[in-house]
Amino acid sequence: MVLVYSDDKNLTIELLNKGSELAKQMNKKLIAVIIGKEDFSKEYIAHGADQVLVVETDLDNFKAEEFTEILEKIIKETNSETILIGSNKNGKELAPRLAARFETGCITDCTNIYFKNNTLETERIVYSGNGVAIEKFNSKPYIVTIPSKVFDPLPKDEKRSGETIKKKFDVEKSTSKIVKVQEMKTEGVNVEDAEIIVSCGRGFKNKEDIKIIEELAEVIKGRTVGCSRPIAADLKWLSEDHWIGLSGHKVKPKLYIACGISGQIQHIAGMRDSGVIVAINKDPEALIFKSADYGIVGDLYQVVPKLTSAIKEKMG
Amino acid sequence: MNIVVCAKQVVDVSEIKVDSNTKKPILAGVPQKISDIDKNAMEEAIKIKEKQGGKITVVTVGPPDAKEKIKELLAMGADEGILITPPEKNDYFVVSNILAGAIKKLGQYDIVLCGEASIDLFSGQMGPRIAELLNIPQITYAQTVTVEKDKVVSERNLGDKAVTIESPFPILLTVTKEINEPRLPSLMQILAAANKPIQEWTAEDVASGRLTPKITTVDIKGVPMERKNIIYQDDIDESIGKLVESLAKEGVLR
Repeated sequence: MVLVYSDDKNLTIELLNKGSELAKQMNKKLIAVIIGKEDFSKEYIAHGADQVLVVETDLDNFKAEEFTEILEKIIKETNSETILIGSNKNGKELAPRLAARFETGCITDCTNIYFKNNTLETERIVYSGNGVAIEKFNSKPYIVTIPSKVFDPLPKDEKRSGETIKKKFDVEKSTSKIVKVQEMKTEGVNVEDAEIIVSCGRGFKNKEDIKIIEELAEVIKGRTVGCSRPIAADLKWLSEDHWIGLSGHKVKPKLYIACGISGQIQHIAGMRDSGVIVAINKDPEALIFKSADYGIVGDLYQVVPKLTSAIKEKMG
Repeated sequence: MNIVVCAKQVVDVSEIKVDSNTKKPILAGVPQKISDIDKNAMEEAIKIKEKQGGKITVVTVGPPDAKEKIKELLAMGADEGILITPPEKNDYFVVSNILAGAIKKLGQYDIVLCGEASIDLFSGQMGPRIAELLNIPQITYAQTVTVEKDKVVSERNLGDKAVTIESPFPILLTVTKEINEPRLPSLMQILAAANKPIQEWTAEDVASGRLTPKITTVDIKGVPMERKNIIYQDDIDESIGKLVESLAKEGVLR
């Protein structure tokens, strides 16, 4: 069987697309696993799952130790060989632990997976975006994690049929205790779905100055502001939902405008799949220009406001 | 308090050049260093020791020349280093078994600290794998760590939410780059580190049975990056005019 699990519903639906392709090739069933109180089984079936296992649990929160045991039991019971796990932070701490329990391989953050020569082969970005590692499994089960936005979801088909099975497992409780869950300060920005993004980096001198790119974003009908690591992680001028890069969000808008971003490879790794990339930087040697379709060498404090008015004029 | 820090010697990714023909990264001759986030783990270990007392042991799986880099961590504040050369063919499964075996051989430990991932391959597998092999709970992506006499309290940064976890010892923690600013050792500390012990163990000393990789790297491909690279650097008004025209032609202004 091919088994899909993530605690993120949208990511699960994306994985179901790839999962159903792999399941068809192997002539196996596609199983989605839900651990928790919300039941998305109808949606998962409409998006490609043949079977949904809903694990009833008294566990309130995710803990890798406990979820490893639940998945271990499911994998053994269903005889699953290919395990796709969503690559958010919970998935990335679950998958290797699960692999250690099965004494098997695990490959994280795959950007492609396929069967070749009777095994599963994967691709993923390594060396900070300077290379793509092609790796293959010598052991089963195959455990991989896949980030969001790598695969598109299958169109929803309400007529698809599938079975939902409720499960209950006794799991050894972890000695750790969750004492608080706090929503992080976000500004409700979803850079991953944005069609146009204007981003800022270390070239900005003050937090207040970010408004000039907000104005540009507004005019260009993008309205989405992104940023590089220092702005979100170190200076905290913007919340982390704006952060684009290897450790932040991965984006692929139609237009990406990088203002005052030097173009560290970590940032490039987060935006390299964008349609058209524009860079504005005062340093003609800045790395960002190598990854850009169009660039303007100049002081962003001059260029950005002028660009905003020029676009406003052009678009009427 | 017995603290173990797992540290890896990696290529300095910022020094990697790309072959202009094949677009493949050139790894030969790239300078090596201790992976950045492992230094954050080291810094956190020192802070814990400063408050609670105890001993810090650094464990590295790597080539013999990693000894020089372990000295940097001893200079920062580790008490002892252990270097284990892995079998030629290795992967996360093999290396995690060696690290977990080494930690078991050390005997009593309260806290195992790792970076969230190494900066070269960025898999983030070591922490969770070692925790499983030691059969202890794990707290990953910790952005704060507070150690008390009988427990550790830590906040995990999950992006959209922060989860605070409390655990008794032993516990494995992986830390993020933001957790602290690793200290730079003084000249005195660097000199003193020369007298701190580094033990060299073999994989057979710590891991029983044959360790065969579960993953094989088939190839490291280059990353194609085909961009137009049209850069306007004359008069600003003129440049902006040309850029707006180009964007209109691309059909992204509507």
